[in-house]
Amino acid sequence: MTPEEIEMKLNKILLNVTKPGRYSGGEMNITIKDWSQDAVRIALVFPDIYDIGISNIGLKILYDQINNRTDALAERAYAPWRDMEELMRSHDLPLYSLETYHPLGTFDMIGFSIPYETLYTNTLNILDLAGIPIRSKDRQDVDPIIIAGGHSTTNPEPMSAFIDAFVIGEGEEVIHDLVNVMKKWKSLRSSADKDSRKIREGILREMAKIDGVYVPSFYSVDYFPDGTIEKVTPDSADLPKIITKRMVAKLPPPPTSFIVPNIEAVHNRISIEIMRGCTRGCRFCHAGIINRPVRERPVAEIVEAAEAAIKSTGYEELALLSLSSSDYTHITDLVQAVSDHFAEKHLSISLPSLRIETVSVDLMDKLRDRRGTGFTLAPEAATERMRKIINKFIPDEQLLETCREIYSRGWTTIKLYFMIGHPSETLEDVQAIADLCKKVLAEGRKVIGFKAKVHAGVSTFVPKPHTPFQWVSCDSVEQITFKQNLLKRELRDKNIKLSWNPPEDTMLEALLSRGDRRLSEVIYLAWRNGAKFDAWQEERKYTIWNDAIRETGLDSDFYTHRQRRIDEIFPWDHISTAVKKSFLFKDLKSSLEGQIRIDCRQQCFACGILPTFNDLRRQNPGDYWKCPPVIGPGRKSVTRSDEEYSRIKAGESVKGSEDYS
Amino acid sequence: MSGWGMVWRETENETMRIRIKFSKSGGLRFIGHLDLHKIWERSTRRADIPLLYSQGFHPQPKIQIACALPLGFASNCELVDLWVDGTPDLFILKDSLSKAVPPGLKILDVENVDEKGPPLQTQVQSAEYKISLDQKTDIDSLRQKVEECNKAEKILRERRGKPYDLRPLIELLEVNLDDLKEKPQIHMILASREGATGRPEEVLDFLGIPFDETYIERIHLIFKT
Ligand code: SF4
Repeated sequence: MTPEEIEMKLNKILLNVTKPGRYSGGEMNITIKDWSQDAVRIALVFPDIYDIGISNIGLKILYDQINNRTDALAERAYAPWRDMEELMRSHDLPLYSLETYHPLGTFDMIGFSIPYETLYTNTLNILDLAGIPIRSKDRQDVDPIIIAGGHSTTNPEPMSAFIDAFVIGEGEEVIHDLVNVMKKWKSLRSSADKDSRKIREGILREMAKIDGVYVPSFYSVDYFPDGTIEKVTPDSADLPKIITKRMVAKLPPPPTSFIVPNIEAVHNRISIEIMRGCTRGCRFCHAGIINRPVRERPVAEIVEAAEAAIKSTGYEELALLSLSSSDYTHITDLVQAVSDHFAEKHLSISLPSLRIETVSVDLMDKLRDRRGTGFTLAPEAATERMRKIINKFIPDEQLLETCREIYSRGWTTIKLYFMIGHPSETLEDVQAIADLCKKVLAEGRKVIGFKAKVHAGVSTFVPKPHTPFQWVSCDSVEQITFKQNLLKRELRDKNIKLSWNPPEDTMLEALLSRGDRRLSEVIYLAWRNGAKFDAWQEERKYTIWNDAIRETGLDSDFYTHRQRRIDEIFPWDHISTAVKKSFLFKDLKSSLEGQIRIDCRQQCFACGILPTFNDLRRQNPGDYWKCPPVIGPGRKSVTRSDEEYSRIKAGESVKGSEDYS
Repeated sequence: MSGWGMVWRETENETMRIRIKFSKSGGLRFIGHLDLHKIWERSTRRADIPLLYSQGFHPQPKIQIACALPLGFASNCELVDLWVDGTPDLFILKDSLSKAVPPGLKILDVENVDEKGPPLQTQVQSAEYKISLDQKTDIDSLRQKVEECNKAEKILRERRGKPYDLRPLIELLEVNLDDLKEKPQIHMILASREGATGRPEEVLDFLGIPFDETYIERIHLIFKT
């Protein structure tokens, strides 16, 4: 179908869908290139609705990287909402790019960003709406090459039947390697036979040799009789046994010409990443491991980018993003510079992920961030024992002091984020969450009376691949429900708002993030039976997923509730984040002993990042990269600073999971 | 959105109320009234034109848009008033704003109007529409229907569960051929006052013309005299 035909159909159907602005394109700052030129054509897809996808920075970075080249072009597409999908199907309208209305099937390559697992079925649905065969093995030379990147791809196996090539790690540089391969093969592709796969095979062979690119069809998996993995083998000697993630030594300047939607999106703001990676070492945190090492952007570069972005977008909000803003070396300078610069511009500035300490309140005060009247803190656990286990240690008194300060400076709501289901959690640990919320509210009462509010967001822990907790099992639905009911019972105060995730959603997340490649069939069946938008709450999807699991004869408990063997080969073990498995295991052991590890900016614990990227670091000198110099061998791997020691009061020892039912 | 009842910042600087005439077409036809408000706010920030803001906890820029253009309609006669801090040169302002608006929006005219004049929304009396129809429309039976409509004393209809009379809202209704003498075209002028707004799609429905087979343009806003 031609772009003109697509436009004509759109004119007929767009008035019958909610928010037609999602599908019409024409936003500020898009790039439209000439299709008559022989450029490599790439469609970048965020497989969720426009309102969510439009503000994704990862895709924006790639969009700029590709469109800055003269020999390539990038356009965008998102998942149509149900009403639009229905009309597209009934009008035979294929999914098209928003820039020029070209059908997705006419691109050379389609790049999906898949940050979370609940987008898997949407990804299949998008392929189907584009008229592209769902499974890699069914695609021909005329079909686009399907690649995927994003956090979820550190365990690519569940999606391995559908994605031709996965990008592991950061995309800024590897995208050029991929485009170069496509460019080389492009002329051959246009003269391809209808039913041939030869060119496709050639392209993928070449891509599989690029560092950080994983082509699952070239790897085979053998299993032990008990269903665990025996080995993963590449089909040729010139392919790597282990695919190590890509990482950029120095962050390139951030994007500034953000695409400004014509309708309201979930985030209407400029986002500038001030730092990548985190050195805190929270043991449940997937992002904290896979984004190592910490790399910072200079203050001047951030301010300059913010200025340019305001000019090009006209946005009224600026977000300074990182996993842990307080750890940014020059955070005070940055906040000062930003507030000096943009004070008079009717701009609201947000700085999420601050540490629980009074300094954070000073920072927020300086930014006058009163927009949403809530102040967010994420203690994650409420007992000191549990805080040591997860390695996010903060004494109660410090938390309460911070809360007092927040209320007294004019905020009325404090949002507290917790997780239930941490390893070895007991009912006392859960009860402590409720108690702590009440204590915080009591502090607020003292300061501002009945205006004080607490919002407790309690999510459920899922042991993620590549983290120290990857060996442990996930709570069962019954356990989670029991714990959630306890919280609901305890937190009936009308000034405390409690929110939680449905336990079934947690199970789905656990299954999809911890699964092996046999799950591809489950995902396929679930999609075929109507599962999509799995991040949205809808009862029907649980039945669909359960049926799909049953139909394939797999056992979901095997993936979610099984404590994994110490020597088990995980489905994601041939994917390396450069953090060693032995390091993760040692950290798990420390956790069981109730030992905490300090921030590795102060002392390197030899996680594996430095030896892997040693050359890269040498080629890019400068202090952007925040791993400290290594002081020589023989260091104990678990140490604490004296100050940290003195803060730890004698906690009870951890005996492993206690039964409470 | 327009800030009724808000207190505007008193300023010692000179200020200006600027009326902009603009067109809306292409993909922007699918963008609604509230979103358009945001588009003006952001476009002026991109063009570095400082607007006046309301005071208070959530300061809002002072922007007034004439009457809302229904979703899907194109227009070449839309109006917006902006209260500007300072007295910029109108030629320069037109130029910088033209570069800062999204594709599908075009600045046609910029003029300085009385700051103390009544709100833009209350000044419009009626609006004129041009509706292009499909080639296959039977023009004779359409003419008959239009005549029926013009002769009627009352046209009782229901909208969102409320009965109302459409007839007094229709000030003009006629059928002719387009410039190429190929396709029929409907011309209508409908009341567009606050509390009395005639909707082209209601008239089309009465005439038995499916809405999604038309292309509707607003071509004129008629002010009260
Ligand atoms: S190499 Fe050392 S300092 Fe760098 S991230 Fe790993 S543990 Fe931290």
